[in-house]
Amino acid sequence: MVDADGTDLGIFSAQTRAWLAENYPPVLRAKDAKIDPDAQWGGRPFVGSDDPQIVWMRRMAAKGWTAPTWPAAYGGGGLSAEQTRILEKELGAGHYRSPLASFGLWMLGPVLLEYATEAQKREHLPKIVAGDIRWCQGYSEPGAGSDLASLQTKCEDKGDHWLINGQKIWTSYANKADWCFCLVRTDTAKKHEGISFILIDMASEGIETRPIKLISGDSPFCETFFTDLKVPKDNLVGRIGGGWEIAKRLLQYERQNISGGFGSGGGAGGAAGDLGRLAKDYIGVDAGGALADGDLRSRITQNKMDFQAFYLTLSRVASEARSNAGSGPSAATSIIKYAAATLAQQRAELMVEALGHQGLGWEGEGFDTVEKTITRGWLRSKGNSIEGGTSEVNINVVAKRVLGLPDPKAA
Amino acid sequence: MAVLTEEQTLLRDAARTWTREQSPVGKFRALRDADTPLRFDPAVYAEMAAMGWTGVIIPEEYGGSDFGYMGMGLILEETGRTLTASPLLASALAAAGAVKLGGTDAQKARWLPAIASGAAVATLAIDEGAHHRPLQIALTAARDGAGYRLSGAKTFVLEGMAANLFVVSARTSGSPGDTTGISLFLVPAEAAGLTRTALTLADSRGAANLTFDNVAVGADAVLGDEGQGWTLLEKTLDRARAGLAAEMLGTATQAFETTLDYLKTRVQFGQVIGAFQGLQHRAVKMFTDLELARSCVEAALAAIDADAENVPELVSLAKAKVGDTLHLVSNEMVQMHGGIGMTDAYDAGLYLKRARAAETTYGGQAYHRDRYARIQGY
Repeated sequence: MVDADGTDLGIFSAQTRAWLAENYPPVLRAKDAKIDPDAQWGGRPFVGSDDPQIVWMRRMAAKGWTAPTWPAAYGGGGLSAEQTRILEKELGAGHYRSPLASFGLWMLGPVLLEYATEAQKREHLPKIVAGDIRWCQGYSEPGAGSDLASLQTKCEDKGDHWLINGQKIWTSYANKADWCFCLVRTDTAKKHEGISFILIDMASEGIETRPIKLISGDSPFCETFFTDLKVPKDNLVGRIGGGWEIAKRLLQYERQNISGGFGSGGGAGGAAGDLGRLAKDYIGVDAGGALADGDLRSRITQNKMDFQAFYLTLSRVASEARSNAGSGPSAATSIIKYAAATLAQQRAELMVEALGHQGLGWEGEGFDTVEKTITRGWLRSKGNSIEGGTSEVNINVVAKRVLGLPDPKAA
Repeated sequence: MAVLTEEQTLLRDAARTWTREQSPVGKFRALRDADTPLRFDPAVYAEMAAMGWTGVIIPEEYGGSDFGYMGMGLILEETGRTLTASPLLASALAAAGAVKLGGTDAQKARWLPAIASGAAVATLAIDEGAHHRPLQIALTAARDGAGYRLSGAKTFVLEGMAANLFVVSARTSGSPGDTTGISLFLVPAEAAGLTRTALTLADSRGAANLTFDNVAVGADAVLGDEGQGWTLLEKTLDRARAGLAAEMLGTATQAFETTLDYLKTRVQFGQVIGAFQGLQHRAVKMFTDLELARSCVEAALAAIDADAENVPELVSLAKAKVGDTLHLVSNEMVQMHGGIGMTDAYDAGLYLKRARAAETTYGGQAYHRDRYARIQGY
């Protein structure tokens, strides 16, 4: 089979497989490999590091394969959709660690390609591909959650720079990020049209981040304060007042990415596959080999079936997208985040329930690492239906845009 | 919607046009009110046969087009939308599938062309109790000279009054629940000692109970190998279940679209009721389930056409998921229409009744969840 650009896909596939095998640091395959959990996210602290994860990232980035579909001019791989699919398949089949986890790759990069100036693209995209800069997303504010467009962080034109004052919240890993893509208010008279999209170097004067401790005990989110923060004029992306449009577009890329990420799991043997076996280990089976708790067995099965239905929907959406390129995403795309959040939360609850008392350990003796991870994961999963837009807002949008139902009249 | 070939798209479009123009729900309502013995219109079935629908899964050498189960699913989805009653599922998919999978050349030559032309109606006679439990076979087939004698009973046989041929699961050895000792037999409806009793069902479709009183059949009536019928029966049932799931997907999709239209037109409190968030969120829940169910049904049909190993898993997934979805949508259809949804004059009741009958047929959601869990090993 030959690709549109003349590449023989059979040869590409074989070469890719060989290159991956040759360039993957063997130590990453070791069960007890000591890898800094932050290394996968890259960023300034890791530039020049010899951590094996970073070595892997650097090798992949040199081929542009951390961003396989981006143009080579900005450091990307310049691969076709078909070549990208082959690369992803080889990465999955060979059980390779993802070379780079990055909000820059998943969210910011695609909108920069679409909205940024040539200079902005040349400045930021190659560093995203290389994993040299870790990005965070400055969206939510204390008074602007589901109603994001009511955000108040003020951005004033001071002639040779922008002056920013305000507070963001739920900024994922703001304390570890090097740069922030941020929504700010450049006009207080207009709601949506008063919002602009701006890029902020987190090393600047006037920024303070405070991690927020969550019910899971982790602190993946921060409060971020901007006090008389000066930002260069060139850092605004798109037009002044055009930030809401970019934010909505970014959200679409984020959704696509969620589907891509889940898609790699695949089938009932994927992420949901462990639940039945886990329950068997902790509960036992009856004479016929069925899980001894019939009620739990039925609920586990329902969740596993729904997960498989979900994965099948992701692959259906992907194949529909390939065949009707240009006619926009299929309607099923709209329900992906809502469905994923619901199913992940149900599964987390079922795992804790299957573990019984062993699902209630917090730390210390009496509970193994897997058990404690499941407990923390259960608490963490409560955020699935809140972050990146609550399920309720997601459902409102589907009702309006996909089903064509009207807004309620004000009482 | 799955990515279809050009031929599949043409078939789907033709089926959609025909059902909308020639077989809208009003036709089914009229059929119900006419109270005919067969519960479908033979002239309509002849039209389906003339369009080639009855031969979709049948090989070309036996008068079909060998177009595959996905193709058949596309037609059934459209007939499901308008509640079109016909033996298409029971005969041209389920029973034809059994003969195609397990039949000798002679058996195929005898029955497949007749099924493909619509001249013969065939159906599966599997269940014996209130629930679909295909392993719980008590009906016996005892050796008698070169042939067999069948004794026992079958329940809920789809199109049982119209059928010329029954594919009967029987026990040549062992006890109910055993996977070995099951044999399938081709039994003509006119066989001596076979009596059928018409059932009048809530969904107004045709079905019958059968009794076999020492029914004599020849050795050539055995479909597949004696005592080894379980594998063939499972394969046959999985094809029938996937086809029914496609029909149910159509029924659920139409029930949802009709309800959504009503939400956009019914005015209360000075606005259409679809503006209320309480109803919007329930509508999106249905839409979500329909999208998930569609993926399962299409995957099951594609797996059958590819003869993939995971057909049983995908079929049980599809039947359970679309069953749950149709259950929800049919209930919401009544509730969201309010009082008018409770009237016989409105179509919601027709969809509700058909929903439950289809859910129960070839195994309900509980049956398929249990089967899925066993396949997964817990």
